[in-house]
Amino acid sequence: MDITFLLNGEVVSLSNVSPTTTLLDWLREERGLTGTKEGCNEGDCGACSVMITDENGSRALNGCILFLPQVNGKAVTTVEGMASADGTLHPVQETMVEHHGSQCGFCTPGFVVSMATAHLNGATDHDVQLAGNLCRCTGYAPIIRAAKAAEGAPAPAHLRSLKDKLAQDIPAPAKAKGAPHVQPESSDELAAWYLDNPDATLIAGATDVGLWVTKGFRDLGAVAFLNRCADLRGITEDETGLRIGAMTTLTEVEAKLAPLHPSLGTMLRRYGSTQVRNAATLGGNIANGSPIGDGPPALIALGATLQLRRGDARREIALEDFFLDYGKQDRAAGEFVEAILIPRQHDTLRCYKLSKRFDQDISAVCGCISITGNGTEVLTARIAFGGMAATPKRAAAAEAALVGQPWSEDTIRKAMEAMTDDFTPLSDMRASASYRMEAAQNMLLRYFHDANGTPTNLLEVSA
Amino acid sequence: MSVAKPLPHDAAMLHVTGAARYVDDIPTPRGTLHLAFGLSPVAAGELTALDLDAVRSAPGVVKVLTADDLSHDCDTSPSNHDEPLLATGEIHFAGQPLYLVVATSHLAARRAAQLGTPQITPRDPILTVEQALAANSRFEDGPRIYQKGDAETALAKASRRLSGQIEMGGQEHFYLEGQAAMALPQDNGDMLVHSSTQHPTEIQHKVAHAIGRPMHAVRVETRRMGGGFGGKESQGNALAVACAVTALLTGKPCKMRYDRDDDMIITGKRHDFRISYDVGFDEAGRITALDVTHYARCGWSMDLSLPVADRAMLHADNGYHLRDIRITSHRLRTNTASATAFRGFGGPQGIVGIERVMDHIAHELGLDPLAVRRANYYTDNAHRPTEVENTGTAIDNRTPPDAEADLSSRGAPPVPTGKPAIPATPPDVQTTPYQQPVTDCIINALTDRLVESADYDARRAAIAEWNAQNPLLKRGIAITPVKFGISFTLTHLNQAGALVHVYQDGSIHLNHGGTEMGQGLFQKVAQVAASRFGVSPEVVKITATDTAKVPNTSATAASSGSDLNGMAAQNACDTIRDRMAAHLAERYQTTPDQVRFADGMVRIGGEEITFAAAAASAYENRVSLSATGFYKTPDIEWDRIAGRGRPFYYFAYGAACTEVVIDTLTGENRILRADLLHDAGASLNPALDIGQIEGGYVQGAGWLTTEELVWDETGTLRTHAPSTYKIPACSDRPPVFNVTLWDQPNPAQTVYRSKAVGEPPFMLGISAFMALSDAVSACGDNYGDLQAPATAEAVLAAVGRARK
Repeated sequence: MDITFLLNGEVVSLSNVSPTTTLLDWLREERGLTGTKEGCNEGDCGACSVMITDENGSRALNGCILFLPQVNGKAVTTVEGMASADGTLHPVQETMVEHHGSQCGFCTPGFVVSMATAHLNGATDHDVQLAGNLCRCTGYAPIIRAAKAAEGAPAPAHLRSLKDKLAQDIPAPAKAKGAPHVQPESSDELAAWYLDNPDATLIAGATDVGLWVTKGFRDLGAVAFLNRCADLRGITEDETGLRIGAMTTLTEVEAKLAPLHPSLGTMLRRYGSTQVRNAATLGGNIANGSPIGDGPPALIALGATLQLRRGDARREIALEDFFLDYGKQDRAAGEFVEAILIPRQHDTLRCYKLSKRFDQDISAVCGCISITGNGTEVLTARIAFGGMAATPKRAAAAEAALVGQPWSEDTIRKAMEAMTDDFTPLSDMRASASYRMEAAQNMLLRYFHDANGTPTNLLEVSA
Repeated sequence: MSVAKPLPHDAAMLHVTGAARYVDDIPTPRGTLHLAFGLSPVAAGELTALDLDAVRSAPGVVKVLTADDLSHDCDTSPSNHDEPLLATGEIHFAGQPLYLVVATSHLAARRAAQLGTPQITPRDPILTVEQALAANSRFEDGPRIYQKGDAETALAKASRRLSGQIEMGGQEHFYLEGQAAMALPQDNGDMLVHSSTQHPTEIQHKVAHAIGRPMHAVRVETRRMGGGFGGKESQGNALAVACAVTALLTGKPCKMRYDRDDDMIITGKRHDFRISYDVGFDEAGRITALDVTHYARCGWSMDLSLPVADRAMLHADNGYHLRDIRITSHRLRTNTASATAFRGFGGPQGIVGIERVMDHIAHELGLDPLAVRRANYYTDNAHRPTEVENTGTAIDNRTPPDAEADLSSRGAPPVPTGKPAIPATPPDVQTTPYQQPVTDCIINALTDRLVESADYDARRAAIAEWNAQNPLLKRGIAITPVKFGISFTLTHLNQAGALVHVYQDGSIHLNHGGTEMGQGLFQKVAQVAASRFGVSPEVVKITATDTAKVPNTSATAASSGSDLNGMAAQNACDTIRDRMAAHLAERYQTTPDQVRFADGMVRIGGEEITFAAAAASAYENRVSLSATGFYKTPDIEWDRIAGRGRPFYYFAYGAACTEVVIDTLTGENRILRADLLHDAGASLNPALDIGQIEGGYVQGAGWLTTEELVWDETGTLRTHAPSTYKIPACSDRPPVFNVTLWDQPNPAQTVYRSKAVGEPPFMLGISAFMALSDAVSACGDNYGDLQAPATAEAVLAAVGRARK
């Protein structure tokens, strides 16, 4: 495909690039910019972090699972571009030296990029900003000291003006071209093309598809990059609820949903990492049908529906009905997820993400529970789990054991018992079947205690 | 003087700008070829056929090699000559390299490596401790046993007694830079190898052997590694050998780096251990007898498993004086990746064993575990002279050296020295289970200071009160000590060399046998060199480790880097400095003792000239300004068969206090606070040492909490990427994290009286595990029997047992 972008302030135009060449490989092998490192080649370590800037601002992304056409029309800043042209270090580079934030140095460029991006955006929630950067040497303490020490310093001019420079240097970026691959500019264009190319691969954020290429060596055939479909992106709100475009990133979803559903907000901050949430889309999280994605259980508990589109035909289904079986969804050839609709509601949702590591880990069990009552009796219950079955799934028997019953521990214990009819979980490297069941049952108990004001949240305890 | 200054890492500026070069960043000559291994999908069996047609016809493939295509013996083992580069028929583990793809790009090689079709007649793999014991599948003839006193009789006489068992998982190194090597063919078949290795001499030896040339034909250079942690002591051999062999065959430079998944599947990890114990004790918790058994899963080849298992035995006492003790160690051979060196080298496993015994006794007696620990501590006696005369009898049943053996490896056989192996001990000095006198103990005073600075007693009381109020969340706190032996247990490895040049402009070139993996060794040694010449560290050029500059180096391992190389560099610098002093004394008509090197100047009696002028003067007067330096650790002697001697020159000490909280509904847990007090002697660089301590603690806590290696029943590793294997992330560090250095110099005569610091702090992380055990104890009356790693699942299981 033919693409144009800004690399460390300079316009780069490439023709005939393979649509699945990663930015990381291109930087290192073609461009000789070896500051950006390959640590895992799957978006889990952050050593390949780069800063991507467009009209929406700057964000850190993992270069190892970012395909070149995804940066078309954008500005890429690597670690080599963080210092000013005269060699003056970026404030986070200075404080990293001063506070001994590097030991072996291999993860350091990725940290510097994440830190510089957060610094540019004025973000000081460092644990969240850096959850996607692994360091094996320092134990992180000096890195956080460095990040804090740089908070007050002004961002370098060349980074502050990057958005303007992009608008000036690439005023009207063309879409990436190169048959049979496309980069459509609207959902209409996508719908028409996909109808004609139903075997093609749609690429949203590439946080999953990227691994099909880097680890699975899959040939994706014809691909469509959806990141320029502006009408697929964004959240609108009316009296009935929210409509979230399929291409809305998890970062944007979190910003909108956290105030409405704080527990979901907390879970979304543990979803992947900052780099992953900046790339991953809510539509992609649903469309790929993973049984362990954290989005679907929460959305099912919120009663979300899915808007699917094929050509000009649209249909709406309950989200839980989309997941038919492992790897199988209710999606026709040429049909794609267009939007997710969440009904307006009083917040009773609690999201319990259980994983080996607190941050940036795939859930062993993800339990999302929303129960309403009248003070004495349960009126409604929507309980959905990830990690407990071949698909994200509602706990219908447990729900039935709750509705119409008195709001008591006794009722909860009966619902916990009923859950064994809902799920037959598997054992794998994340958890055993029996632990999954016990923890899932206990999540109901936690919901009860939480609602009654008993402390249940580890994060609220301090020494 | 630059020693003791908290200077930044020598490459910090390069790190933060992305300019620090690692092996994969070195610009490659045109035509460089790239390699990848095709791996065995099964854990055990016989390779009967290998269809590689699809591999050969894949795009970009230049050549595909199998074991039959190798003209020399391409063994890659650091010890037992049992690791052929490519499988020769017998399949030993899932992930064993079967063939080598040579292609025009890294990606082409990786893609093609997926396409081979091996025919393997599978056998039932030996995977577990039980299976290995049943099949008597082990290294060495039988278990190794070290004992002191009479554990059996003492156990029979003990007033209280209990037994138990703890499993502890292995650990993936997860160095951020994966294994990598590049070989560049030179004139006449010589080979230049760039390797991400902690042991350039071993790479040199293995490559020379594989290409059938003497060691002088191979030069290995290592500027830096992106992390090592023991994982690059022997695990880089295969890549370097593959590159060199292929480079020789094709005449082209060859480069190989493992993809992360391949790296985690192929390379060895920390040994997982089962430790069972039968302990006798009194009402105060004092241990009167201990019979402890180690079961180590070593994987398919010997690698460094014997010295690892030895070191676990040598740390079965940690900081505790045990009079009647028997330590039995089974080194089990299994069809899994060959376990290897990892920070602590068995020490952590041994220490977890005895800390678990302390925890169990405390629970049994209803005592604070710290009280039980203190009741068993060695007595402090830091002011005793450390030199103990060796007047005992030699036990010399060691094997003679083998000409083929990899002498610089920790897996090499010991060399008979004929020297006494059992030192005579003054009657009032306590000894370890291997009869080394403990003459530098500070653990009591150190613990006292930590108890005070961490406010342990008040917090313990507050936690008990908090736990009584909270039905679902429980907090726990623990203090655990560390006493770690410093020296290679293979005595002859305790030597190092350095090469120093002073140029006529006064700039200094420094080289030594140590490698830089992030620990700051190069900066520390440069600070030593700068101090000897009285110049600022910028005057000293730090250079890549290079087997052509300093030969016959030991691995940068066993925490020995600065002790050995710092002393060797000091020796080289002093040689040059003394020559300069003699020359200047003559020129200014005084005596050498009147010549002083300080602040970039040289004072000769009443005169003062710059160091540069002094160097120029020496040059003009034909004084050699280049010298080698050498150091060997004194006073150590060890018989690993008898389990007696003085294997360690000294001990490094430390203690940690960790507080945690657990969720009794799911077992999820968080570290809330950690206070560390660690003994680095008179630190060469306090900033770098604190970095080792903080990082070591987090890595140690990770080992015992979230880092879980899972193999399935076929012997396939299921956790071979960071998506499934979870090292600590940023928010896993303790939110309150106080790290302090002990303030006394090393009583042993080390470089500037500093202490080794690479490995010991790793074991401070054990306090996190014991704090979790303490929180579990708050859930019920029974002993929770927490197993490691204490994942949320393991914690919940322990909570369930505590409540039963």
